[in-house]
Amino acid sequence: MTYLSNIVRSPGDPKIIRSGPSSLGTADRLARALGWFSIGLGLMELIAPHRITRTLGMEGQESLIRAYGAREIGSGILSLSIDKQVGLWSRVAGDGLDVATVMPAMRDDNPKRDNVGLALAMLLGVMALDVIAAQSVTSRHSRGSRQWRDYSDRSGFPRGIESARSQAHRRPGSRHEGPGIAAVH
Amino acid sequence: MRALVWHGKEDIRCDQVTDPGIEEPRDAIVKVTACAICGSDLHLFHNLIPAMLPGDVIGHEFMGEVVEVGPGVNGKLRKGERIVVPFTIFCGECEQCRRKNFSCCERTNRNRKLAEATFGHPIAGLFGYTHLTGGYPGGQAEYVRVPYADTTHIKVPDSLTDEQALFLGDIFPTGWQAAVQCDIEPTDTVAIWGCGPVGQMAIRSAILLGARQVIAIDCIPERLSMAEAGGAIPINFEEESVIERLNELTDNKGPEKCIDCVGMESHVSMSQPDTIYDRAKQMLMMENDRPHVLREMIYVIRPAGTISIPGVYSGFSDKIPLGQAMNKGLTWRMGQTHVNRWTDDLTRRIEEGEIDPSFVITHTVGLEEGPEMYKIFRDKQDSCIKVVLKPGQEVTIQ
Repeated sequence: MTYLSNIVRSPGDPKIIRSGPSSLGTADRLARALGWFSIGLGLMELIAPHRITRTLGMEGQESLIRAYGAREIGSGILSLSIDKQVGLWSRVAGDGLDVATVMPAMRDDNPKRDNVGLALAMLLGVMALDVIAAQSVTSRHSRGSRQWRDYSDRSGFPRGIESARSQAHRRPGSRHEGPGIAAVH
Repeated sequence: MRALVWHGKEDIRCDQVTDPGIEEPRDAIVKVTACAICGSDLHLFHNLIPAMLPGDVIGHEFMGEVVEVGPGVNGKLRKGERIVVPFTIFCGECEQCRRKNFSCCERTNRNRKLAEATFGHPIAGLFGYTHLTGGYPGGQAEYVRVPYADTTHIKVPDSLTDEQALFLGDIFPTGWQAAVQCDIEPTDTVAIWGCGPVGQMAIRSAILLGARQVIAIDCIPERLSMAEAGGAIPINFEEESVIERLNELTDNKGPEKCIDCVGMESHVSMSQPDTIYDRAKQMLMMENDRPHVLREMIYVIRPAGTISIPGVYSGFSDKIPLGQAMNKGLTWRMGQTHVNRWTDDLTRRIEEGEIDPSFVITHTVGLEEGPEMYKIFRDKQDSCIKVVLKPGQEVTIQ
């Protein structure tokens, strides 16, 4: 990308020789990957729900799969945004919903029972990844403890606030010249 | 040299890049001794400002030593001089510059056609910002090429430290211009939304300009403590109603002057449904800005009051109640800062000890720690309010 963007730069502008460490952490990159995965899966659920229901022996639930597809896309967009914690935790909740929906298809009379088992294993694996990502991102980006530094000694006025307030009255031509004007509140 | 480079959303890296050189006669090369991360850099970090390209060197608040000058600088700047570089690049000769509207300079935006298509008319070139404002490489680097250097500089008196002078390039004149634009009267209440670095400077500026009462609105305790230290009455909007408290402090009449130091990324809160609506629209690229603060200001301000906007907005904003604003007869003042219009006066005020802008610095680190500091500053971790980066120094002072 930087190679392409260099085309529009002035010849003298700095060009990258060697890239250094990024502000993106491992957790952020995992969130990004899960976001794109979510959008991809969501699109598949929206476009081809019949293939999914046939594979799992869940015919007749196409509308529900489409709704889950929309949910996946929403979670994906959130996971790719700066509010990625919300997106990832919504993915965890969605994983729970997916497992609850697929579980009844594990019944003995379902000829696609093996596929359902595989799908459940995949769902649980992705769920574990989502939980790890959500926890890591939350811990990396939260403000942390409730303790904060008190800056009440930083007025910025070396001579004190009262002296600063009086500056406006001292300046020649100031609208603050002369005796104080009573408040009109 | 090393520089902080934008690679995409939330992806800033400290890269090894080629050194800048003199390209035009009026250029100078500055060796950066100190630079800062500005709140508006976070809009780039979040990829909310259009026309950024991977590989852009960022940073627009910096100072240093002149190490090379072009033949067109004509002695107005010499090697070895210490300067602060204003974030707005200006020629000093066009009609706008003659009127001291430096951020509207007609010549310095080198992507003139792109700017005309976007804004209707070009605005000045800015360092380390979008290609809509020229795409000039920024100052979070070891060296910077300063175009139009014979005018685009502020000479630093020997008596001032880097920390005292650095913010003359952006946040101090930005807060100052925001307060000046309010035409503060001695009877005025000035309400300031956002206690980040620009908000802190606006608070001090309103005090110096003689406001009767200054009120600061935020939800971060350390920022509110710094605001209170500067003479403001704090309102924590997560603990009390802004509108009720402002009315209480102004005998139910509302503040005469309101300053928006928040801009396009207002805080998202469950108790304010419009902020959630804005965030959702911004995420879906249906709206550029989250203008909750503007809505609140228009509602609470006293009729015939003035709204001043130094906070950055990037494009389209939704649900701005212009009907309220029109019927209340409000005056709106806004814009990028005409930095050098104010800096002679502000430099003198620092020299005379009226104000010391270094109070706002909470973190000083080396350039290579810049990417991590973007995250810390954005996430408001470690009570971070203002980060200063020192290229060429391995420092971690807090």
